[in-house]
Amino acid sequence: METSNIQIPRTAYEVERFTLANGLRVVLSPDRSAPVIGVAVVYDVGIRSEPEGRTGFAHLFEHLMFQGSANLEKLAHFRHVQGAGGTFNGSTHLDYTDYYETAPSNALERMLFLEADRMRGPRLTEENLRNQIDVVKEEIRVNVLNRPYGGFPWLKLPPVMFDTFPNAHDGYGSFLDLESATVPDAAEFFDRYYACGNATLAVSGDFDPAHARTLVERHFSDVPARPAPARADFAEPDLTTERRESYVDSLAPLPAVASAWRVPDPVNDFEGYLPYMVLAEVLTDGDASRLVERLVLKDRSVTSVGGYIGFMGEPFEVRDPTALLLQSHLPPGGSVDKVLGTIDEELDRLANDGLTAGELARTQARLATHLLRETDAVLGRALRMAVLELQRGNPGLLNDLPHAIASVTEDQIRAAAATLRPQRRATIEVVPGGNQ
Amino acid sequence: MTLALPELDENRPLSLPLQAERTLPNGLTVIAIRRPSVPLVELRLRVPFAKTDLARSAVLGQTLFSGTSTKSTVQIAAELQTVGGGLGAGIDPDRLLVSGNSLVSGLDRLLELLAEVLDDAVYPDGEVDTESERLADRIQVAQSQPAHLARVALLKRIYPGHPYAVQTPSVDEVRAVRPEELRAMHAERLHPAGATLVLVGDIDPEQAVELAGKRLGGWNGQGTQAELPAIPDLVPGPLLLVDRPGAVQSSLRIALPAVGRTHPDHAALQLANMVFGGYFSSRWVENIREDKGYTYGPHSVIEHSVAGSTLTVSAEVATEVTAPALVETLYELGRLASLPPSEAELEQARQYALGTLQLGMSTQAGLAGLASTYAGFGLRLNYLAEHSARLAAATLDDIARVARTYLAPAVSAPVILGDAEKIQAAVAAIVPVQVESK
Repeated sequence: METSNIQIPRTAYEVERFTLANGLRVVLSPDRSAPVIGVAVVYDVGIRSEPEGRTGFAHLFEHLMFQGSANLEKLAHFRHVQGAGGTFNGSTHLDYTDYYETAPSNALERMLFLEADRMRGPRLTEENLRNQIDVVKEEIRVNVLNRPYGGFPWLKLPPVMFDTFPNAHDGYGSFLDLESATVPDAAEFFDRYYACGNATLAVSGDFDPAHARTLVERHFSDVPARPAPARADFAEPDLTTERRESYVDSLAPLPAVASAWRVPDPVNDFEGYLPYMVLAEVLTDGDASRLVERLVLKDRSVTSVGGYIGFMGEPFEVRDPTALLLQSHLPPGGSVDKVLGTIDEELDRLANDGLTAGELARTQARLATHLLRETDAVLGRALRMAVLELQRGNPGLLNDLPHAIASVTEDQIRAAAATLRPQRRATIEVVPGGNQ
Repeated sequence: MTLALPELDENRPLSLPLQAERTLPNGLTVIAIRRPSVPLVELRLRVPFAKTDLARSAVLGQTLFSGTSTKSTVQIAAELQTVGGGLGAGIDPDRLLVSGNSLVSGLDRLLELLAEVLDDAVYPDGEVDTESERLADRIQVAQSQPAHLARVALLKRIYPGHPYAVQTPSVDEVRAVRPEELRAMHAERLHPAGATLVLVGDIDPEQAVELAGKRLGGWNGQGTQAELPAIPDLVPGPLLLVDRPGAVQSSLRIALPAVGRTHPDHAALQLANMVFGGYFSSRWVENIREDKGYTYGPHSVIEHSVAGSTLTVSAEVATEVTAPALVETLYELGRLASLPPSEAELEQARQYALGTLQLGMSTQAGLAGLASTYAGFGLRLNYLAEHSARLAAATLDDIARVARTYLAPAVSAPVILGDAEKIQAAVAAIVPVQVESK
């Protein structure tokens, strides 16, 4: 027995937007409930934009943005953020690169100063470049080479699904490409992509918006105006025949498999895209989801199954082309063919028979909780708003997401499920080479 | 163009959220905290669970929500989802922790379902079998992960004879667990005496405590409690080398003694650890990452468990620089143990410690985690204010004294997991090495 549908709540974060004369787009979202702030600067460049022969360069360059700038020696950025009681980081994605801080609210102006200084230009030196190539190689060893299932599926599946370099290549990079990187490469990359016209700044948390605007203008107005480069078209045609590959992971003790299907354009066809987000949750969110119930609990043909949109799992921060992914880990001797066959069967059942009473509403309620929880942290809000501004010019969409999700209908879910056919599917299989 | 770094504005003082607390007649303590930032509620139920069988408790954590006399796994999950909710259980050598959340309008239902499971979990045969197999598979995967293997070796090295020495059951032990053993463990140990329920969210604390009393007041209080002996004193000694042929990185771990949250040395030790390696802008991280490029994410943390505290230094370093990374690590520990840090280093660490307390309290999930963890040590959120005052008061002399006592290489227990053939000779040139016997 399920109770009647629960009301999906709405957040009401204030959003103020403006653009500086140099082209930098700014979002302010005040919330005075805790004495903390989040600052996010997002540049419209990511893994898909790096040049051939320079795999991993977008990420390596992200590291170089922390190595000092006009008024900041090497190490100064870290010390100034942490010495103000804050934390920092940056991350490189398919379509954007973010830099962020969260700190007690008395550090707002200092954080803006730090971001503005490196927006004018990082200190690019041979010594820092060589040091950070070493650090990045250790990062890749930790996350990919020295562990089982490293890079599965986010680095392993794109080359199966896509044919062009921007979409298919390894975003962490080969050691050869990383070691070939030069200071002039970095300078050129900065000139081309790190223009303030190609960036957004979002500030959330405990501040007075008028004061924050003054501070933003004080620190960012004199960043030289440079136009955004024309954004390349990364479009590729959909698959018409199934693609499937496998590789041996010498550290992995058990088999695993991941499949992906293309989904509608997340930005230009938001209405068509949202049902796929809900579908991924109907299939895999918790013990009452379709594939967990069938594959994990009933058939025991997998030990875990997950579903999400975007190779890096960021449904509202990715552009076309992207995909819905389903990934499973199998028990010893498990059959990948059987798992794929059962998934097809469950997708057919969903497309043909529809959802059970209450199934859609409860999935939407749980998704609302996930979305609200992600934005409870002041930094989670700043990051999401900065990317929503960058990619959609609509940071206020954050307030509407739970309701947008809740407006997806059963017919839309069925239609979405019906598109996930084997001939549109790209699959990568991990063959265990470890101790079994 | 030279621009001056902006000064910090005046800080807003740490203020504690509105809260209510009551201990129910069955022994359950309920703490409700108001943080209305989003229309959700976070739930943490911490039940003391020391001295339970390792494999059985691990499987119990996986099957607590696998069915009651009237509901299946799927029905429980679906009913939780209906209010935007989810609940799960985790186990460590100290406690069982149920964690979850829901839309705040679903709090009553969330508590009702939790109570039903606590009263009436049946551990169905089929589900127990499924979950034991899943857990066994996960353990097998963990055994191929260097971070897990290094931790296993370190725990065994530093907690001999103590229940903390082995924290992961074997695959065979997990597969041997029977449903009736879980039912017996539930009846014996999963009871409200000594347990704490924390609720944080867009709630009225008094009303939430009232509601929790109504829903969980009938949870049966019979059963036994168990206390762990204190952890053994850390015995310094040779570096333990654990062979992992073909490893492209070595996992370096160094255990050092530490003290609990209420010990007079704790605030100073926290600051000394930061100056050494406890945050990015520390001597050790700036040295082995930003200067030498030996590693990506080195960290040094004080881990608090009910039976004692330990400081653990961790880094994954390229195989070929294992010995030099060890040299730099011992150098930075020894430097702080023998020379006081600068005033600027102390102030920077102090600001970071104080600031991150504020950040940790600024989300519902953060507050819930803090309140629940503190409750497990008999503390409440006012500890945050007291600890802040102690951090603010710590002097350079305090830092120098605790560094000599707790951070000295002479009191350390080092472990390295890596390719012995490639690293042993160089590491043995730095410190005495003992190779783990197979």
